[in-house]
Amino acid sequence: MDASRRLDGNAAAGLLREIFCWEMTSAAVTCGNCGATNAVGALIIYASPMGTVLRCPACEQPLVRVVRTSNDYWLDISGARCIQVTPDTAAT
Amino acid sequence: MANRLVSPIVWQRATVIETVRETPQARSLMLALPHWQRHRAGQHVEVRLTVEDGYQAQRSYSIASPPEAPYLMLTVERIAEGEVSPYLVDVVQEGDQLEVRGPIGGYFTWQASQSGPLLLVAGGSGIVPLMAMARHHALAGSTTPAHLLYSARQVDNIIYHAELEQLATEDQAFAVFYTLTRGAPPGWAGFQRRIDLDMLEDVGWPPAQHPLIYICGPTPLVEAVATMALHLGHAQGRIKTERFGPTGGS
Ligand SMILES: Cc1cc2nc3c(=O)[nH]c(=O)nc-3n(C[C@H](O)[C@H](O)[C@H](O)COP(=O)(O)OP(=O)(O)OC[C@H]3O[C@@H](n4cnc5c(N)ncnc54)[C@H](O)[C@@H]3O)c2cc1C
Ligand SMILES: [Zn+2]
Repeated sequence: MDASRRLDGNAAAGLLREIFCWEMTSAAVTCGNCGATNAVGALIIYASPMGTVLRCPACEQPLVRVVRTSNDYWLDISGARCIQVTPDTAAT
Repeated sequence: MANRLVSPIVWQRATVIETVRETPQARSLMLALPHWQRHRAGQHVEVRLTVEDGYQAQRSYSIASPPEAPYLMLTVERIAEGEVSPYLVDVVQEGDQLEVRGPIGGYFTWQASQSGPLLLVAGGSGIVPLMAMARHHALAGSTTPAHLLYSARQVDNIIYHAELEQLATEDQAFAVFYTLTRGAPPGWAGFQRRIDLDMLEDVGWPPAQHPLIYICGPTPLVEAVATMALHLGHAQGRIKTERFGPTGGS
């Protein structure tokens, strides 16, 4: 994977906002592999036409995968141990 | 009023009310949206272009205007051969409409109420969301000391140059430092090299002061500077990054 194409989880904010009712880049995700906890905005993305994969910045484990098809969103969060969403009513 | 709140994720037709040439490669677009929610400095929008046959291209663009502004300002730098940026920089005209949704994001944002001195580090077009922060800092009358380190190729590539100079004069708590990586004009007083540890230490704040650090620009620059900040002893949790991808010459 081309390292210069890496983006922050922040770049998926719009996509995640299509699925979740809260702003998600401030949510905290705990990695199921190494246990590191990071904001979704601080995860690493490799942009790919196959979908969006958000990885742990510490160990690169895929934590959240989103694939959008014409009718559905496929959300795979099996790599994450837990996701803590703190509603921020002022943020979008 | 509640029924006037529009989900940030709904596409809206924005009208281009003004365009401003910033540098040979970059142009600002002032947009009016039918429904705009006050944003936070650092947030972005998504812009979607649709061509005749229905093909769509969607890109993220940071918001350059401060939350206090009555309009939305984007600044786009042209990537040769790019799908979207050449259109926004060279083709779009006043009166045209663009599909936009936002404001988006909550992680890479700064509000005048946040504590700690501020260090903003920009490479190329990475200045855009940091400019929203600098403008917000001035308009909110923030006394939080803020330093901006801005890496550009040449002096002509410095976006918002005149306004940055003005902010540095008028906002007592704000200072700006430039570095040019592809040659400087005679008499240039700023740095003339890629950002390195010494430079970051010079213009930044000691880790003991717990500065909040925002780094934005091309991915290689952002990652290099974030690594340096960790090396200097800054806490990971105080360093926020916004990678623009390979784009945005610095
Ligand atoms: C959160 C976020 C905020 C952003 N904010 C801004 C902003 O405020 N202003 C702004 O101008 N951009 C911003 N960007 C970048 C922007 O989203 C686009 O990526 C950029 O405008 C290029 O899009 P394009 O369609 O013109 O090029 P594309 O068609 O996507 O790219 C064309 C080709 O050029 C390559 N390429 C891209 N950049 C370069 C380069 N510098 N040198 C060589 N090859 C390159 C690409 O890999 C691709 O192969 C932001 C990105 C993100 C993720
Ligand atoms: Zn991990």
